[in-house]
Amino acid sequence: MTPIARKRLGKVALNAAGVLVFIFAVFPVYWMVSTSFKTNDQIFTTEFIPFPTELTLDHLHRVLTEGVAGNSIWLYMRNSAIVALGTVVIGAVFALLAATAIARFAFKGRSSFLVLLLIVQMIPAEALLIPLFLNVKRLGLYDQLLGLIVINVGLTLPFGIWMLRTFVAAVPKSLEEAAWIDGASRFTTFRKVLFPLVAPGLVATSIFSFITAWNELIFALILMSDSSGYTMPVALQFFFGQRGTDWGAIMAGSTMMTIPVVVFFLLVQRRMVTGLVAGAVKG
Amino acid sequence: MTNTSTIARGGGKPSAPGRRRNSPQRPARASGLPPWVIPYVLLVPGLVVIAGLLLYPLFQMIVISFQKVGIPQINGKKPAAWVGWDNYTKVLDNEIFWSSLRNTVVFAAVTVTLTLVLGTAVGALLNKLGKKMSTVVVVGIMSAWAVPPVAQGVIWRWLFDADAGMINWVLNLLPDWLSSLLFGRADWTGEPWLNDALTIYLVLIICVVWASFPFIAVSVLAGLKGIPTELYEAARVDGSTPWRTFRKITFPLLKPVFSVLTILSIIWNFKVFSQLYVLMNGPTNREAFNLSMFSFAEAFRSPPKMGTGAAIAVILTLLLLVVTAVYVRQIVKTEEM
Repeated sequence: MTPIARKRLGKVALNAAGVLVFIFAVFPVYWMVSTSFKTNDQIFTTEFIPFPTELTLDHLHRVLTEGVAGNSIWLYMRNSAIVALGTVVIGAVFALLAATAIARFAFKGRSSFLVLLLIVQMIPAEALLIPLFLNVKRLGLYDQLLGLIVINVGLTLPFGIWMLRTFVAAVPKSLEEAAWIDGASRFTTFRKVLFPLVAPGLVATSIFSFITAWNELIFALILMSDSSGYTMPVALQFFFGQRGTDWGAIMAGSTMMTIPVVVFFLLVQRRMVTGLVAGAVKG
Repeated sequence: MTNTSTIARGGGKPSAPGRRRNSPQRPARASGLPPWVIPYVLLVPGLVVIAGLLLYPLFQMIVISFQKVGIPQINGKKPAAWVGWDNYTKVLDNEIFWSSLRNTVVFAAVTVTLTLVLGTAVGALLNKLGKKMSTVVVVGIMSAWAVPPVAQGVIWRWLFDADAGMINWVLNLLPDWLSSLLFGRADWTGEPWLNDALTIYLVLIICVVWASFPFIAVSVLAGLKGIPTELYEAARVDGSTPWRTFRKITFPLLKPVFSVLTILSIIWNFKVFSQLYVLMNGPTNREAFNLSMFSFAEAFRSPPKMGTGAAIAVILTLLLLVVTAVYVRQIVKTEEM
């Protein structure tokens, strides 16, 4: 074999491996989406139907009108959105304040705070389940979305601060100093100089918190007893009935839950990996 | 560093040095606070959240693990009674604890290994692929990573469904002699994968590896892109073999990335909950519990035994802390905090 032919063959092999990886990653997602548009005849079969020959919106219609556990799936989507957005809004403000303090000021206790941030991230959420459940009950926040929001802020904030501070630190300090010299107040400097430059990092951090809160299952399971307060991850469990599973409906529900996350993910994908790895490696 | 820019400016504008002397007071006046207080004020909300929602509950959990907390105590009708080490001895005497511990550790070990190997291989592959192809593959694997854990469980539960699942269909495609040789059977129709602890974990491992290798791959790719190409050229000129190049250049330079990825994977896989919850339809199959599920079941399935649940959670936390102490130490060491 000539070197050129060998090189070409190597390239073909690499691309083939790439295609295989792509199929392994995407097929299960495709299978979820396609099942939600298949007719029941094509779902409950021992045959393999890669591309549905008949498309139907029945399942989507059913989860939107009949829903599950007594409510339309819209209600659960809405609850999830309220919890996730509430978490993001509160979390973003708190994280930005703390990240600015760490990245912009030298103060006593700064490194202890950083170590604290690292350590609290190691606490498994499962470990806090019991005390937080009792506290939420005591505070009268049981069965309320606000209780879930508060808990999700707690779960996402340490990482949010950790990730955001790399973005704040990346803004050259000289820009702010230039603004001071030109007579801007500290607040104006923050608003006009630092904030616009940190905004992309803030978006990435917020999306990370949004996704975490949107996906959260275990606290939503124990803090919401009334079905009108269920979030999507909890509601999906109720599709697995005693009389067998309505796979078309559960796939339609799962697809609805997945779409916003995938869109957000692809939007901030690159920044998020940088944030995660930089946040972890270089600190 | 910062001074140089100011001086440069000062050189251009004679009035600048005078202004600069005033500048430290200006922000103080604007916010009405002495400057040294400002960082502490900024930290207050974050500290309140961390203390109130993480540290104090952690302390409470330890206290509860020494108490008996059932329904009367949850409703505040009775004060929690101190029972000493009772909860711990009860947990350690329970067979389910030991099978949960084994499930947790074995699952984490297998999954972390598989995820790292597959993720690294795919990261290296992405680095070799052309620009277009690599973008397509990255978008593909990112969409797998993005699927919410509950939906991951739903998808794989459906793929491994006994009657209409795709996996049984694929296994039926194998020629009968091969299938019998490998698995001792030819007909897979109706094979229930999710009844047995061992096969539940098989499905769980596939599910979690599928969802978490993309992050490793993309991180490794980012690490590889950061290695200067001159190093590889120099190695090639010196006649280094590919394996030697990997061992002497790629691996040492990526080592910090690998150690972080390993620890992150361990943390994530030690407490996997959502996918397992979906695959076994809630805390039903006691043999298939991991520590998270065991703690959850003890505390929240009737009759609730919060004390025992807390004791299990304490053990899980201690295990995680031992593993991650290494990680925290490494970051604290390399960090220019």
